[in-house]
Amino acid sequence: MARPIEAWTSRAGVILAVAGSAVGLGNFLRFPGLAAQYGGGAFMIAYFVSLLIIGIPICWSEWTLGRLGGRLGFHSTPGIYHVLIRRPWGKYLGVIGFVVPVMIYMYYVYVEAWCLGYALNAINGELTKPGVNVGEFFARFTGLNEDGVAIQFGLRDVGLFVLIAFVLNFFFIYRGISRGIEKVCVYAMPALIGIALIILVRVLTLGTPDASKPEQSLVNGLGYMWNPGDVRAGLLNPQLWLAAAGQIFFSLSVGFGVIITYASYLRKNDDVVLSGLTATAANEFCEVGLGGLITVPAAFVFLGAAGVAGQGTFGLGFNVLPEVFARMPGGQLFASAFFILLFLAAITSSLSMLQPGIAFLEEGLGIQRKASVALLGFITAIGALFVWYFSKDLKALDTIDFWVGTVLIFVQGTILVIVFGWILGVDRGIAEAHRGSLLRIPDIFKPVIKYVSPVFLLGIFVMFLLQKILGWNFQLGAEADFSPTAYVMDLLPGGSNVARASLLLIGLMLIFSVVLINVSGKRWAQRKLLTWEDEP
Amino acid sequence: MTPGGWINLILSVGFVTGLLSWCLWRMLTCAPESKSLAHVEPVEKDEADER
Repeated sequence: MARPIEAWTSRAGVILAVAGSAVGLGNFLRFPGLAAQYGGGAFMIAYFVSLLIIGIPICWSEWTLGRLGGRLGFHSTPGIYHVLIRRPWGKYLGVIGFVVPVMIYMYYVYVEAWCLGYALNAINGELTKPGVNVGEFFARFTGLNEDGVAIQFGLRDVGLFVLIAFVLNFFFIYRGISRGIEKVCVYAMPALIGIALIILVRVLTLGTPDASKPEQSLVNGLGYMWNPGDVRAGLLNPQLWLAAAGQIFFSLSVGFGVIITYASYLRKNDDVVLSGLTATAANEFCEVGLGGLITVPAAFVFLGAAGVAGQGTFGLGFNVLPEVFARMPGGQLFASAFFILLFLAAITSSLSMLQPGIAFLEEGLGIQRKASVALLGFITAIGALFVWYFSKDLKALDTIDFWVGTVLIFVQGTILVIVFGWILGVDRGIAEAHRGSLLRIPDIFKPVIKYVSPVFLLGIFVMFLLQKILGWNFQLGAEADFSPTAYVMDLLPGGSNVARASLLLIGLMLIFSVVLINVSGKRWAQRKLLTWEDEP
Repeated sequence: MTPGGWINLILSVGFVTGLLSWCLWRMLTCAPESKSLAHVEPVEKDEADER
């Protein structure tokens, strides 16, 4: 009996799933912080230029490659590259497309547990009660001060929520594409946007809550984020371009290995161009239209510029905003809503990180859904436990996020756009994208995808390595300074054992994946590979 | 908030809102999706492992 085919049940379903994968904590916490830090004018110019040069082109490339790979019988990055490249080494190019989502899940589920735990503690008033020390709460909840202390299971500890989040993810992923992922996203994404709109209305009506601090008004808060500043100087700052391009690239979740798998479950004539653009637009609306109007202005109104400046994603979300909600009228309600929103954003993203692993284990090893879920659950549980235990300074999380969630994604994204533009060929790629499409890709994007996107992405990647590894300050001559960052220093003698152990875990995962791909290749060699011209 | 800030905010938020709205409008006004039973997953719980 033929094996039933997994597929999305509707166009809206796949769009909401891809948007769900893309929309995460970064939309509401990272983007606002970066825009405020670099000055809204130049940053937004660089941001939208990056959207046009790398965001949308790579998105279209990934949707197209995914649907084509699915038509040719594969759903994982190694399998899709195997059938498209048709060389013995082709499938190995996809190893990152398996490792990245699986390893990101290992720490992302931990952050997702924070969101769930914060939501519950907000609902029961723990976060907003008078005198609460939000910094201490965060440190205690996440195990920030010492390894091993986070493995506790009270309501004010993260352990229970890690278990709930982990089980929930695997419950839904076991149910498959349409009854699991799609069903979650069809409800979670509209709920997420609805909650965000409610919070947005609350924030935009804050006015000046503290009459003794008239400068801390909502309008000034918006100005702190959106006033252009020195646009020319900003555009000449390579760090600004690095931040803006990086934010676009990671926000859209392109090159993760997720969209290519999601798109592989489309039918051969399902649109990818308009669907991809819609998912991208939904992510941008959540980021710029909602995140850009909520987080920083709300923090400014209650805490002033000093309360916002220099805050990273976690600082803004789990230290600053609880402080904001504690001071806000009706803050308990809005704190609850906000952290439920973050949880919804997180779970729709974490689910997407599991499906590429499931797809590869099923088609590579020939095992059924139950076995692939169990195996992936075992692998990710080891990693999640590692991150959960080594919680001091979030060292394990930060190390894996840097090397896997940043460096490897740059590599994977570059590989993907080169496969589309050069190996498949941009003409064939665009023709494939136009199959069943509801929108034509403007001709200008052909040279952009083939030449501009790879060069721009590689340029950003090199700048990233120079800054984040060698610690270059982007100055020349006598003012140049190279101070290797902790990501390098941690690995040297006298550095961090946890960072070294994290690198070891990444290395083991890469080796394990290469072995799996080798085994899969032997199975796939026995299959007759469909070609571009075949109609399955 | 400076005039430049208002322009920046309106253009940025307006662009992403407009882009999403346009995409949704195109979606809703395009040809309806065709359904194919060939790809429908099994609906029985005991066939879940067949996937």
